[in-house]
Amino acid sequence: MWYYEKKLQYPVKVSICNPKLAKYLIEQYGGADGELAAALRYLNQRYTIPDKVIGLLNDIGTEEFAHLEMIATMVYKLTKDTTPEQLKAAGLGEHYVNHDKALFYENAGGVPFTATYIQAKGDPIADLYEDIAAEEKARATYQWIIDLSDDPFLNESLSFLREREIVHSQRFREAVEILKEERDKKKYF
Amino acid sequence: MPTFRRTYKPFVSPFDPCPPLRVRTYETPAQLFLGFQPENLKQFTLKEALKHGTLWPALYTPYTNPYETKK
Repeated sequence: MWYYEKKLQYPVKVSICNPKLAKYLIEQYGGADGELAAALRYLNQRYTIPDKVIGLLNDIGTEEFAHLEMIATMVYKLTKDTTPEQLKAAGLGEHYVNHDKALFYENAGGVPFTATYIQAKGDPIADLYEDIAAEEKARATYQWIIDLSDDPFLNESLSFLREREIVHSQRFREAVEILKEERDKKKYF
Repeated sequence: MPTFRRTYKPFVSPFDPCPPLRVRTYETPAQLFLGFQPENLKQFTLKEALKHGTLWPALYTPYTNPYETKK
């Protein structure tokens, strides 16, 4: 089970009304390498991985939900007071028709989230390598959003999230090392 | 701080329709080089750690828009 702390992992501040940025950010909300995919992937892998790395998947999977909440806050703030006309100009006309200003799990191109974004091979090394790749892809996505964003406050939060991807990648790499170590030990029994 | 940005020079054709970007960049952040994190590494203060997104200077690899710095 989880305990909920009623605050964001890192403050989210938005300086300009720019619904176009919301459209880009949705990639990290419901995209293939987004925070939802990450959270579901890691929390699901916990059950079929050696005991030593279950805790890591638990912790990182939980943190991904905290990131998801930050992205949601950004999108919400960027679109809250926009008019349908502004949304249309930002390329969000189709979104407005379908969802009004409700958030939806979709990528920047409007493609809805699908479970096929998540692999679960049951092979610990295959799964951890996928996790490392997922972190690097999410890091790259943050980079490309930062390149497109001219909002200095928002970029601070995005830089924080990007750095977390780096730390997570590091931890998954260490998890692989732990599992290699285990195998070596058994040989000497 | 060591630089985590690498560059390469892509092929430029005389028939390319757009003005060429002669240098392309990519990021190679700290986790590619650290290996299993050694014990007793230097830590940021808690306030800095929150700001940077990591407790460890060895893992801190900030990013800036390469298209902006090139100008």
